[in-house]
Amino acid sequence: MIEIGLGHYLTLGAVIFTIGVIGIFLNRKNIIVILMSIELILLAVNINLVSFSIYLNDLSGQVFTLFILTVAAAEAAIGLAIIVVYYRNSGTIRVEEIDKLKG
Amino acid sequence: MEISIIALPLIASIISGFFGRLIGDRNSEVITSLLVTISAILSALVLYKVIFNQYQDNIIIATWISSGTLDVNWSMKIDSLSAIMLVVVTSVSSLVHIYSIGYMSHDPHKPRFMAYLSLFTFAMLMLVTSDNFIQLFFGWEGVGLCSYFLIGFWFKKDSANTAAIKAFVVNRVGDFGFALGIFLIFYLFGTVNYSEVFELIPTIIDKNLIFLGIEVNALDLVCLLLFVGAMGKSAQILLHTWLPDAMEGPTPVSALIHAATMVTAGVFLVVRCSPIYEYSELALNVITIVGMSTAFFAATVALVQTDIKKIIAYSTCSQLGYMFFATGVGAYNVAMFHLFTHAFFKALLFLGSGSVIHAFKDEQNINSMGGVWKKLPYTYCLMIIGTLALTGFPFFSGFYSKDAIIEFAYLRGNTTGYYAAGIGIVTAFLTSIYSWRLIFKTFHGEYNNKNIKIEETHESPLVMLIPLILLSVGAIFAGFTFKELFIGYGGTSNFWQDSIFFLEPLSTKHPPLWFLFLTPVLVISSIPIAYYFFVKNKNLPHQIANVNKPLYNFLLNKWYFDELYDVLIVNPSKKLGLFLWKFFDIKLIDGFGPDGISALIKKFSIKANKFQSGYIYQYAFVMLLGFSALLTFLIVK
Repeated sequence: MIEIGLGHYLTLGAVIFTIGVIGIFLNRKNIIVILMSIELILLAVNINLVSFSIYLNDLSGQVFTLFILTVAAAEAAIGLAIIVVYYRNSGTIRVEEIDKLKG
Repeated sequence: MEISIIALPLIASIISGFFGRLIGDRNSEVITSLLVTISAILSALVLYKVIFNQYQDNIIIATWISSGTLDVNWSMKIDSLSAIMLVVVTSVSSLVHIYSIGYMSHDPHKPRFMAYLSLFTFAMLMLVTSDNFIQLFFGWEGVGLCSYFLIGFWFKKDSANTAAIKAFVVNRVGDFGFALGIFLIFYLFGTVNYSEVFELIPTIIDKNLIFLGIEVNALDLVCLLLFVGAMGKSAQILLHTWLPDAMEGPTPVSALIHAATMVTAGVFLVVRCSPIYEYSELALNVITIVGMSTAFFAATVALVQTDIKKIIAYSTCSQLGYMFFATGVGAYNVAMFHLFTHAFFKALLFLGSGSVIHAFKDEQNINSMGGVWKKLPYTYCLMIIGTLALTGFPFFSGFYSKDAIIEFAYLRGNTTGYYAAGIGIVTAFLTSIYSWRLIFKTFHGEYNNKNIKIEETHESPLVMLIPLILLSVGAIFAGFTFKELFIGYGGTSNFWQDSIFFLEPLSTKHPPLWFLFLTPVLVISSIPIAYYFFVKNKNLPHQIANVNKPLYNFLLNKWYFDELYDVLIVNPSKKLGLFLWKFFDIKLIDGFGPDGISALIKKFSIKANKFQSGYIYQYAFVMLLGFSALLTFLIVK
């Protein structure tokens, strides 16, 4: 029976973080996926914070996690609002077609 | 009072030039004419004071340059010489101003024209009243500039523009010599003021210096360089090509600038510098030779030209040659006398031909005229007076001045003098022939114009005729009235005082009697000859031309001077310019300079542009890479 320790939690966090990052720049389809990827990155950070909090017996890590969850919720709300407005203006939220930054 | 003579034309020019649209055509015409006329009246008063009160003055208006030893003032030097020039310039100018009101009545740019005329008058007055070479040069360039403006006045005509540029460029050649002359004067004397320079002349008579590797006498060099400037401005042979082309300008301009005033600036310069020229035998001989060559050359060309204005232009050229060889034989006062009378009768002839051109609705070819003397009685009479004066018909003004020139050339007593006198007599005969040819072809014979009917030709309005009448008074009486004053043999000739310098007093002998009668007889006999050739037996000139085809073409093409310059100077410099433009400028300088660098930058930016896809996920990826690299760097460090 394997003892599940700090290393495992951190590995999980790292895996989720990497999935989130790759999700941002490999994604060609939908901008909502980018939002979801950001959410994943934040969750990976949360896992790290919680595991270190338990490992170090310090509650402030978990308090930070709660803060981050709040901010993530707000960010998702604002992000979705931006996407809705953008969709109204340009009629698409496909990532490939959003290239207005091109000079 | 003296300063306002100069200031009024300038004020007139500013008002008409800058506010012409505001105050309207008629007002600017009236203001410019009025102010210049006032200036003419004031000049006459000054001349009166100079003649009867021996009035002389050198008014300093303002300091211009004061740098080290160089002191130049804006000044107004009044002596006999400048007083005469003041009267000539302002009186002809005011008459031309008034004449222009009629002549330019159909032109849409009247205020501009009047402003240029007044500005020209101002520059010419600056030239003649200067007391130093720098202000002289200022006026010199000023009149050149106004001449350029006025030749190219009808700027929509291509030929007018090219003629204006030609006049400007040919004058630059002369001005280059003139400027070198002034530099040399400053180098030799350390000053450019006339009085100081003239005082120092005897101290450097034997001084030599190296010019272009040749050792020459300094004074000879000064004189020759100044004379190059005079040749350019006064259209002497070699630098004369601009004057006939300058006839593209409106006729009043030809009368004022290219007959009466500006082109005589060269003669004025030589007379003004008589204290220098008197010490340079070489320069005087060169002037005599150039002058008589011009007189003869221009008269032969005028024989076969068909453009009424070009004939008179060549005639001007020829008369300027007379003035120069008068100065060359040391008779400066006679040159000034001829300048004075010439201003009247040549302005009269030009304005008269303007009246003819006006009557024929801008026709200038004398072959398309003829038979209109009854339709244009006043113009006809006035032109006859001008012609009589020009040819030196006895007791008209040209008679006194031109014969005096020939006599003094004869009395000079050396080879060039006799030669010049001979050429002068031949030229006087030629002058008479081409002048009468002009009159007979224009006013007599059959009516030859196909474009307008004879009934439609009309006499000019009064505003054009009155200046002509006033000028004709000058053309008739100027010679007789002023003869004693200008070239009197006895006590009256101290009019010039020290404004003209004679090393040795002019010969007071009289030439033999037969010599005195030679020119008038030739001149008078030329009238029936011309009548026979150009009215009675019209085929004779054609036959002569056909028999002597090469000679005729030689004269018709103006001795091929333009073609010669095209081959020698114009085309090579065009080719050189084209080479420098196409190869040196475009390929070398632009290729490695601005164009090359910008092409390089463009190339790199196109490459750099590919990084900017505009996709957020790529930017995020790059950001991530950068961030991780930075982080790794910080951790590893």
